Amino acid sequence: MEPVTVDGKAFAPREGNSSQVDLRVNIGSLQLQNPVMTASGTFGYAREFEDFVNLQRLGAVVVKGISLSPRAGNPPPRVVETACGMLNAIGLENVGVERFISDKMPNLSVLGVPVIVNILGDSVEEYQEIARRLAEVESIAAIEVNISCPNVKKGGVAFGTDPQMAAAVTQAVKGVSRAPVIVKLSPNVTDISLMARAVAEAGADAVSLINTLIGMAIDLPTRRPRLANVIGGLSGPAIKPVALRMVYQVAQTVSIPVIGVGGIASADDALEFLLAGASAVQVGTANLVNPRTSEEVVAGISAYFRQHHIASVRDWIGALQVS
Amino acid sequence: MSQFQQNVELIRTESMTRDVVRLTFHAPDIAATAHPGQFIMVQTTTTGNDPLLRRPFSIHQVNNNGALQILFKVLGRGTELLAKRQEGEFVSLLGPLGKGFTLDNGDASCLIGGGMGIAPMLFLAHSLRRQGKTPTVILGARTGDELVPLLADFQQLGVVVQAVTNDGSFGSHGFVTDIFKDIHFPAHSINPIVYTCGPRPMMAAIFLQCQHKNLSCQVSMETTMACGIGACLGCAIPLKSGGYAHVCADGPVFSAKDLLWNL
Repeated sequence: MEPVTVDGKAFAPREGNSSQVDLRVNIGSLQLQNPVMTASGTFGYAREFEDFVNLQRLGAVVVKGISLSPRAGNPPPRVVETACGMLNAIGLENVGVERFISDKMPNLSVLGVPVIVNILGDSVEEYQEIARRLAEVESIAAIEVNISCPNVKKGGVAFGTDPQMAAAVTQAVKGVSRAPVIVKLSPNVTDISLMARAVAEAGADAVSLINTLIGMAIDLPTRRPRLANVIGGLSGPAIKPVALRMVYQVAQTVSIPVIGVGGIASADDALEFLLAGASAVQVGTANLVNPRTSEEVVAGISAYFRQHHIASVRDWIGALQVS
Repeated sequence: MSQFQQNVELIRTESMTRDVVRLTFHAPDIAATAHPGQFIMVQTTTTGNDPLLRRPFSIHQVNNNGALQILFKVLGRGTELLAKRQEGEFVSLLGPLGKGFTLDNGDASCLIGGGMGIAPMLFLAHSLRRQGKTPTVILGARTGDELVPLLADFQQLGVVVQAVTNDGSFGSHGFVTDIFKDIHFPAHSINPIVYTCGPRPMMAAIFLQCQHKNLSCQVSMETTMACGIGACLGCAIPLKSGGYAHVCADGPVFSAKDLLWNL
């Protein structure tokens, strides 16, 4: 069998006529059946999507961020649509780790899909305490650490904008976690590679990027900000080029797996992130528009690989041709 | 509780006024499971990412043939694009969503719709009539032009509509609250209930009157929404007891006494 060429790059074709392609990827010690996850905060606690998505077809679901104590969230308006995207300032509303374990986890653990729990805190100790409690829950596949939160003890500077603070949180969580630890990086920094290196050296099993870009929208007639919180996080197709660039840069910098997030709404989008060096992807804002997106991305990647005779997703990851 | 995401045919577009549009879809699955007060999320375009998000609309009317109607005023780009969709085109709907009106309590009821808040009242009036109830109906708008095209559908159900316009061009001159203050349920009625949908200040004023009359009041709330299915938590609304509810999943219909009104 001749090697197949896609955009100038040779791939080893799979023997025979099998329509199956190997989509399995590894995130640290965690093996996923395919590289498609849902992004935290856009998929609720998964049950909201059961009527629309066959959850068992997904690589993993990442649930809404959990803090040590319940949080009520920000006053409304919390969301506003912008050109090809949206701004949100939800304010990390969540039920807190206790109720997450008692009320949400029993439902999640029987869905037949790996569950990754996103965590957030105001201090290194708080992150560690949440991770310690989650370590007692057998069915959690991985922890994703949201470091875009302000460090209350350090004057509110976000953990995700200071390499030392990001490393400290990573180390603290890693020290108590049973499951692999993914650190979700903030794009609101000068050099995201620096942050990626800091958390990788501190023991992170993987990084996911990007979280939302801080933005703002103003209502001209009333001369007021359109979010009660004034500023919020930009997501959706508008941020995809920024996310793709950052994933590409980080994948060149660290040897741990990179999970690409930011404006992914189709299999083509996902394939681009994988080419740029992501080992997996997360579908975010697109879930809010078309709740079936994540499953459609899995099917689309599979169909693309079959059509182009790509045997394994691992042949595709990082195969970007930069001449 | 089943929710559907379907591409359905737009079978009829009607211009009710210069900027009020009524769309009828052939959506049998959603129509068959919908309950008055529930809503659908509608994709405004077939291509492109702008506008990105779906738009929420309360269900105006359904029938046994699978027709489902929404009624809306063109206010921004999303509604403008939706109003331009042609008969025969397919439109992506998500629904039925949220919690609707409670119908099983009360043998006497009053429906109060203001402006586009009239939309869910037709579906509600229809369901109450099917239960053999005869609700009192008060409909208000700024001008007669906005109100008159909507009256026939209510009258067809055999309910008496008390119409009121802010400019006095049709029906009584004034506000729905002026009419409602003179409404008295029969003394023997059991659990009389008031259902309302309209601008927030209107609903607040109705709720205040309900408190004075010791009547239970259900309100249908409107907010900006992103997902419509309880995933993003964007459509928060403050609760009297503190914290927030989410209009898409906990509502859009609430017991007025549970919400924070800042009266």
